[in-house]
Amino acid sequence: SHIVLMLADDMACNPRNPKPATVFSHKNMELNVYGDDVEVDYRSYEVTVENFLRVLTGRIPPSTPRSKRLLSDDRSNILIYMTGHGGNGFLKFQDSEEITNVELADAFEQMWQKRRYNELLFIIDTCQGASMYERFYSPNIMALASSQVGEDSLSHQPDLGIGVHLMDRYTFYVLEFLEEIHPASQTNMNDLFQVCPKSLCVSTPGHRTDLFQRDPQNVLITDFFGSVRKVEITTETISLDRGLGGFESKLPKDELATEPLKYAEQLPVAQIIHQKPKQKDWHPPGGFILGLWALIIMVFFKTYGIKHMKHIF
Amino acid sequence: ASAQFQLAVPIAVVFAPGSVPGDLPRPLPFRDVQEMEISVNLRTTVTSRYETVYRSTTAQEEAALEAATAGEADAALHPLQDALLGSLTMYVVPETSSLLPQGISVYVGKHRSALVRAEGGLAALRIRLQELAQVMSFTASSITAALSDRVPDGQLGPDARRHLKSSLGYEITFSLLNPDPKSHAVEWDIEDAVNRYVQPVLDKLSLVANFSVDSQILYYAVLGVTPRFDKESSSFLLSAHSLPHVINPVEARLGSSAASLYPVLNFLLYVPERSHSPLYIQDKDGAPVSTNAFHSPRWGGIMVYNVEAPASPQASLPLRVDVDMVRVMEVFLAQLRLLFGLSREELPPKFLLESPGNEGLTDWELDRLLWAHTVENIATVSTTLTSLAQLLDKIGNIVIKDDVASEVYRAVAAAQNAMAELAAGHLHLAFQASKEAVTSSERAFFDPSLLHLLYFPDDQKFAIYIPLFLPMAVPILLSLAKIVREARQRKKEPTKMD
Repeated sequence: SHIVLMLADDMACNPRNPKPATVFSHKNMELNVYGDDVEVDYRSYEVTVENFLRVLTGRIPPSTPRSKRLLSDDRSNILIYMTGHGGNGFLKFQDSEEITNVELADAFEQMWQKRRYNELLFIIDTCQGASMYERFYSPNIMALASSQVGEDSLSHQPDLGIGVHLMDRYTFYVLEFLEEIHPASQTNMNDLFQVCPKSLCVSTPGHRTDLFQRDPQNVLITDFFGSVRKVEITTETISLDRGLGGFESKLPKDELATEPLKYAEQLPVAQIIHQKPKQKDWHPPGGFILGLWALIIMVFFKTYGIKHMKHIF
Repeated sequence: ASAQFQLAVPIAVVFAPGSVPGDLPRPLPFRDVQEMEISVNLRTTVTSRYETVYRSTTAQEEAALEAATAGEADAALHPLQDALLGSLTMYVVPETSSLLPQGISVYVGKHRSALVRAEGGLAALRIRLQELAQVMSFTASSITAALSDRVPDGQLGPDARRHLKSSLGYEITFSLLNPDPKSHAVEWDIEDAVNRYVQPVLDKLSLVANFSVDSQILYYAVLGVTPRFDKESSSFLLSAHSLPHVINPVEARLGSSAASLYPVLNFLLYVPERSHSPLYIQDKDGAPVSTNAFHSPRWGGIMVYNVEAPASPQASLPLRVDVDMVRVMEVFLAQLRLLFGLSREELPPKFLLESPGNEGLTDWELDRLLWAHTVENIATVSTTLTSLAQLLDKIGNIVIKDDVASEVYRAVAAAQNAMAELAAGHLHLAFQASKEAVTSSERAFFDPSLLHLLYFPDDQKFAIYIPLFLPMAVPILLSLAKIVREARQRKKEPTKMD
């Protein structure tokens, strides 16, 4: 499995974070979601609508490395999770851009045309999140959202030590649900639809399964989370002829005896430490000092007059 | 997109003296064409034409068929054929011939020829030839698997899309996982093994794609699944249903070349920890697997290499382990064949296949791959260009750059060329043309300039422009109305005054 993570990434190492390089899901500090195995592929200014659509559709400049690409084929199940501020039909990127539900649906259709996915699970946690999946029209897409159109998604508890709310309610309860899933689990999608009812989430989570060909009852959570692979036992072998050799590519290794190498003296410390202090020669005062004193004397005589000189000296 | 494929297979059926059936329709030599249709979906059909030439042996071929065994005869016959890629030659030997072992009716050689025993009349022979042609070139299922995204869902089995997709290149990575370096100091001479055993196979496959090979050793890499201890055999067992969970934890550490975008095939050799040795993989029935290996379609394979316990318990750790690369490569190369879809199962009865030896695959197996990949490539080009055209219809203001346009033209020309070559039976040229077509069409479709971002819904257009233009437009419209009224009045007045 392969994860492409796009984060504005201004929280974990924010100077105002009293627990640096960590993002906890709850103020009890049990689960650090910004742990050692988190690799951010697109961070801060790279997180734009354009880059997101480029990753999805594959229309990426040729110089992009492998880890920043979605290298999926027609047997890949893709999970897309988006969160942030949103509204009816859009999601905000970085306070300056929006992605609309029509663009997202078109991007998914482009992916389907090129068979870049087998099944796609789309989870969104924003205000009025259900509007984002209304326009999908490609097959094999299942979508979940944290709130219906006209409702706001609310955040979970704040951590007063840090001063911000740590996580949204829907994400918090989905995370709690998923932490219980292990690779051999048989939990299906209907259980995921029940996560975070209105009593806990205050908003009504929604889901959309009409484009999906299988019955959600038969879709395991591990089809999208947990990467359970299809394997086959290898029962065949081929028989190789041991004697047949390739070309003689082994070069004879001559080990010449060389002198042990010495590290050349970079800094003659001994000379510096035992150095005697240098005698400073006396120089007459330079122009600046002379000028300064001339100025002081002039001011003195101007103030007090020449005739008072004999009273002073 | 609709596509009608015509796959022509040139076949030569050569009758050795004493094997000519009595009921031939015409005297030798004569030609014959048989067509079979495979309908994939409503708009895609594949017609296979077996263009057969029936003739008798030449003197040299007769001499070659005097050999003692089928293998020797095959080797002697090979230089006598001018076997193009995709063509087949079938030698019919008399029923009493001792070339074929007892109970075997068909012997398929390492190259592109086969020996068939003449049993029964022409009809029985024709059936044998049909089966043989299908084994050595393509079957309905192999072609449908290549066109899998056009087959209506439900018709294909769930396992049909498991062979590697046709690609311009593949990266092969051999990894040695040593979770317990304190106990085992494992040495493997991978470079020598790759040069000796892997490179000949890759050279044979070089027609299909470019291959690059690398290797690595990972220390303290564990499997992620705890094996069970079995008291009866005093060994550790990995059950078949825990195998699907093995790959993901280790995959994160495998890495791959950052520069290439080709699919990666990973072959892992796992040397279990001393505390978990020996480790055997169990199949579904609970029996230990003889190869001690398993593979995952489109990903690669894993083999478990058990180290024998040292003779004396006081042996100093770490134990030096020299990996037997031949045993390992036998399994890895077999897995490579399986990943490409070259398995030797499902043969018609009384068939004997010659083993390919160190080359890894026979010529006709290479042909099978090429047939499937060519058809897949052409189908992909057709789908890609159709969807590109649909995209342009939908979003009118995408600008097509000149180089994208030229790639599209190239892709179309190459695809048409490939179809023509397929219909003519030139598999090599068809494959090259199809590769060119796929490269061009992918470049055109995935060109970064084709990303269309701005979506203006109609209600937003009204919301922006109406408050701007409506107040300005009101006095303009009113004054226009006034002008019109005055013009009409002026026209009426002269008539009134008269």
